[in-house]
Amino acid sequence: MAKSDVKVLGAWPSPFVMRPRIALNVKHVDYEFLEETMGSKSQLLLQSNPVHKKIPVLIHADKPICESLVIVQYIDEVWTSGPSILPSDPYDRAVARFWAAYIDDKWFPSMSGIARAQGEEAKQAAIGQVEEGLVLLEEAFGKCSKGKPFFGGDRIGYLDIALGCFLGWLRATEKMNGVKLLDEAKNPGLCGWAERFCSNGAVKDVMPETDKLVEFAKMLFAKFKAPAST
Amino acid sequence: MAEEVKVLRTWSSPFALRIVWALKLKGVEYETILEDLSSKSPLLVQYNPVYKKVPVLVHNGKAMAESLLILEYIDETWKQKYPLLPEDPYERARARFWAKFSDDKVLPSIWDAFTTQGKEQEEAIMPVMENLKLLEEELRGKKFFSGETIGFLDLALGWLANLVSMFEEITGLKMIDEETFPLLVAWIHDFSHVPLIQETWPPRDRMLTKFRAMREPYLAAARNHLPK
Repeated sequence: MAKSDVKVLGAWPSPFVMRPRIALNVKHVDYEFLEETMGSKSQLLLQSNPVHKKIPVLIHADKPICESLVIVQYIDEVWTSGPSILPSDPYDRAVARFWAAYIDDKWFPSMSGIARAQGEEAKQAAIGQVEEGLVLLEEAFGKCSKGKPFFGGDRIGYLDIALGCFLGWLRATEKMNGVKLLDEAKNPGLCGWAERFCSNGAVKDVMPETDKLVEFAKMLFAKFKAPAST
Repeated sequence: MAEEVKVLRTWSSPFALRIVWALKLKGVEYETILEDLSSKSPLLVQYNPVYKKVPVLVHNGKAMAESLLILEYIDETWKQKYPLLPEDPYERARARFWAKFSDDKVLPSIWDAFTTQGKEQEEAIMPVMENLKLLEEELRGKKFFSGETIGFLDLALGWLANLVSMFEEITGLKMIDEETFPLLVAWIHDFSHVPLIQETWPPRDRMLTKFRAMREPYLAAARNHLPK
């Protein structure tokens, strides 16, 4: 398949953009990464995702697919000769999809809540929410992995990708707030999993370095606190 | 093979209806367990500890929650009869995209318009119109969202066919009018008249009473903030 047949529209700091990139790597599919410029949306993005105007977008043979988890499922269903991303059993798939939806609907918003918290009390409350979520996810890891290295078993799968993409930002949040969110004592399974995930061949080249994310976050905060400009 | 299928639901939940429709389309026998969300049963808490919400599908003792992914489970488990999602991966991605749009954008925007009044409602109606226009476009050239017959996306959007006319009656605000949304109006009619769908609508009077009651606290809160 020609390299330009598969394109990912995105930006390096976005955890959602990482998801299709990891999925394509798992399938050993070459793709062109088209990086959006911060603060402006390209014509291609506006055309490909007119509903949400957001990244990531996968463009496959000129057809756009939007919403990161929808994209990951699409990748799994198209490139069937590569390793499977979703589990084969329908119940395991339902469980994986459930936790992925939980991560997007509840857990990630609680993590970005830490940055938005005004005052120490609010920050502590936000941190508490993230930690509660991690307790649930630790339990989910135990049940899904069944003693194997990943949520998906021997290889990374849908739920590994859904959660793992946030590890860079999790570490950056820990650094910026002087807290330990992923704790060896409280989340031993997830701690081991996190290391394995980040060093996985399909992941390591697309996972941004924690320091770069911290720098990026600082720049974002400065921008939002500055007087409004177009 | 003895299959044990249970659906935990309330009499009114539009999300639970999606599951009922899917099981009926597939000809799957199931047992309904009616829940009262004001007093959640130990069973519900056991089966859905994270959200404690309905619907929950329990298949041979395995419980799962979140209606859209339950639809996918039903489709993947009872494969022989009536596929809900299309075969083509790109069409499947589109169906999933629009189902998510239904729950993330359309429903919340309509709820906002339903629970506000006056200037606030005028502002709330604008995203509703934008969202409905996108759905209208999606229907172009098709009878149902899924094509010639109802499928996954129709089940996902089915709540529109049930709830919007009730919201319109309660608020006196027309959201889906024939002139602006001829395709949506036709779809609502056609979807509602599929016999299987028609026989599952919860009693309209009871729904109207319920939604009027749900709307009251929002209006009361708004009244209390108004300057005298």
